[in-house]
Order: sequence, then C-alpha cells, then structure tokens
Amino acid sequence: MTGSAATGTKAGTAAGADAGGAAGRGVEELPLHMQRDGFDPARELAAIREGAGVRKVRTPFGLEAWLVTRWADVREVLGDPERFSNEWEGAFRVPGMPERSPEEIARLRAGNLLAFDPPAHTRLRRMLTPEFTGRRMQRLEPRVREIVDQHLDAMEQAGPPADLVADFALPVPSLVICELLGVPYEDRAEFQRRSARLLDLSVPMDVRLRAQEEQRGYMASLIARERAEPGEGLLGMLVREHGDELTDDELIGIANLLLIAGHETTSNMLGLGTLALMDHPDQLALVRDDPEAVGPAVEELLRWLSIVHSGTIKSATGPAEIAGQPVAEGELVMLSIPAANRDSALLEDPERLDVRRGALGHVAFGHGVHHCLGAPLARMEMRVAFPALLRRFPDLRPAADDRRFRSFNVVYGMEILPVTWGGA
Amino acid sequence: MSELRADRGTCIGAGMCVMTDSAVFDQDGDGIVVLLEEDPEVDEKVRAAVDACPSGALSISED
Repeated sequence: MTGSAATGTKAGTAAGADAGGAAGRGVEELPLHMQRDGFDPARELAAIREGAGVRKVRTPFGLEAWLVTRWADVREVLGDPERFSNEWEGAFRVPGMPERSPEEIARLRAGNLLAFDPPAHTRLRRMLTPEFTGRRMQRLEPRVREIVDQHLDAMEQAGPPADLVADFALPVPSLVICELLGVPYEDRAEFQRRSARLLDLSVPMDVRLRAQEEQRGYMASLIARERAEPGEGLLGMLVREHGDELTDDELIGIANLLLIAGHETTSNMLGLGTLALMDHPDQLALVRDDPEAVGPAVEELLRWLSIVHSGTIKSATGPAEIAGQPVAEGELVMLSIPAANRDSALLEDPERLDVRRGALGHVAFGHGVHHCLGAPLARMEMRVAFPALLRRFPDLRPAADDRRFRSFNVVYGMEILPVTWGGA
Repeated sequence: MSELRADRGTCIGAGMCVMTDSAVFDQDGDGIVVLLEEDPEVDEKVRAAVDACPSGALSISED
C-alpha cells in the first residue's frame, strides 16, 4: 500500500487545499477512488462497476490512469505482473515533484517490494516469507494476546470514555510490528507522526517528502546498529541470513515498508471494524460470544471495509484490454479495492455486512505476487483483538455522534473513535 | 482424473492454501507450499484453495 506513497503527492487535491486550507478539505476534492460515504465506497464507483467497468481518472498525483472496478478484472490485473507492471516509477515526471537523478530514484525504490516485478520482487519476498507463515504466527500469538490484554487493562483502569484509536487500535499493532522487526517502541511517537504525514494527501507535498527523508534517516541509523550487532527481530535475521546479499538501502526500504504497513493497516481495521460492529449489535454479539464466528467475521470485515482504497498503480507493458476497454502500452492502471469487494460477482448481496458468511476470495489483501505479506499477521491480530476487546467491554458503544473518518489518508479508517462502556 | 499441481518456484508463501485446507497443504520452513500427500483427491476444498492462491502456484489439470 505504500508503493506509490513516495511519489503520491497532493497535486490532485491542490486546488481545494489552496482555496480553503483545512476548511476546504471537502470530500469532493478527493480523487474518485478515495471517495466514500462512511463505510461505503462512493456511488459513482459502483456506477462505473455496473456500467463500463473502467474509467479514466486523475490519480492523486496528477497523472491519468484507468480505474478498474470489477472483482474479476481487479483479480486479473493483480494476477498478471507480466502485462501490468509495478516497475514504472521513475518513468514519469510527476508534476510538482523535484527532479531526481536515476541513482536517487533507485536509492528510494531499493527494498520496496511493491516497486518491483518478478524476479526482482521474488528475490526480496522469499527472504521475508519464512517470517509470516501460519506456524510463525502461532508462535507469536501468545505475545499478541498479552499486548492486547495490557492495553485493555489500561483502558479499564483509566475508565470510560476512551479513544479507541489512540488507546487500543493504533498501539497494539504498532507494538506488535516493532517487536517483530526489532524497532524500539519508544521511538513510536516520531515514526507514527512521520508515517501519518507520508500517507495523508492533504499534507503539502514538501512536508510529506521531508517526513519520508526523516524516516529514511531514522531507519538508516537502526540498520547501522543491526549491521554492527544483529538483534533478535526480523531486521536482525535479515542481516544475519542475507546481510551479504542486501544493500543498506534495501534493508532501509524493507524495514520502512514493513513498519508502515504493519501499523497503519491493522490499526485502521481495528478502529473502523469496531465501529462497524457497534453499528450492527447482533453481529457484535456474535463476534463477542462465539469463538467460531471470529475467523469468518474478520474476513467479512476485511471485505466490507476494504480500508486500502487502491492497490499499487500498474503500467501496461503492452497493448491490453480490461472490461472490453483497450489500454495502450505505458498507460497506468489503478484498482478500486472497495468497488471490487462489493461486486455481486464475488458474493450475493455485497452491500450488506454479514459476519456470518466471511468467505475468502475478497481482494482486501490484494491478489497475485504482491498479495499482502503481512496478511497472516493481520488476521491473527484481528482474531485476537476483536473478541478480547468486546469481552472486556461487552456493552462497548460510541461516545460521540460525529464520526471522524480519515478521508485523505491512503489507508481509510478513523481519526479518533470515542467509546464508552458500563454505566457511563 | 483431476490432478493437483503445486509449483514451488511460483509460490510466494502467502499460506492461503494452508488456511483453506490444512489436511492437504503445508508450508515448509521457508514458507513455500508442500503437499502433505501425493496425488490428493481434488475435492471442493482443494478447488477453493487453488482459487484462493494469490500467486497462481496451484493448478488442477483435468485429463
């Protein structure tokens, strides 16, 4: 999800921001693929899906791309890296971006798995795969339970109300990914702030680029430490087992991708997912009371919420056709994950949230060779966190009427989520 | 006769097959797919695992 964050500037929203600053942050300024009405993708996205299937749109960074909306087409594009390539960054001069030398572009791309096709992608992915198997997740699970319980204890001791995002949804996955990677959790305030800036399209581009540079500098110092004395985390493992094959820039790229992806995604699923369950009390009760219901519920929440608006943008390697629309070589292709996951070709009655069904086949984690590396971790964290939260506070409910969705972020979610419980 | 094939060179270790049918599929220490039995029966669950495979490493050949 962060593949194009480095070059995803706010060019597409510049006009509105210039006109009104924060007050001008109306949702109508958003690029179409990011437009939503609460939990739901914009109606226009559904209209494209039910109509032509694809439409030329303006991307957040000013270039034009074909937006693909149907489930089968999205799977086809994601599943065919030979025809739809991720290796195009640098081929375009993005409006508003500073001029960068080929060496500079290569340095910034290094280690970012989302910026490469096979076989370069396969080489990096295979180094990381052993760390995300089901068995590895089973070994991690007791520690995740402990982290979840500690945060629930703290919420309970402080008493209601609480901000579910700040007190639970963000810190739990953040601490988990820090421990997994070997990143000091005490540095979280800084890297969480930088990551939030990097992914927020309403933040001016120079500020976003500065956040990116600062984050690289921070990670460079961590990698230097790991090189000198490899720790027990994933970064230490990479240095020990693949240190000779990986450059420092690659280690920095891998570490930043995993750190950002690891806490921005699961945290938003926990926040947004809890709100969705509170809106559907019968389904909340099911997740709270029936351990068998949790796995399918997580899949249905992933599908219905589709917090990642689009996969990485692809470039057609030759003349292609999507939904009957000819696509020329070199044209960009973007995928609407929320539209695809609400396609009746995937399942019946797709607009309804029903945690009882929870079928696989959704594309919330993508598809193809770039299918989310951390999916097993995300699933495990959610399967632990949702029922633990709901059992601790069985009558959990929103404490405020207004809902602050983070509309301008590359990953959708809640900015804050005030909740209360008990007699309060 | 349907035959299940697992291409270990294509596998990216997403583990969707194991999640779908852990009686037939497993991941080795590197996270790459292994079949727990030779020539397993291609039933509905196996077909679901093939559909769920993100990398296209799993296929069924129908003779």
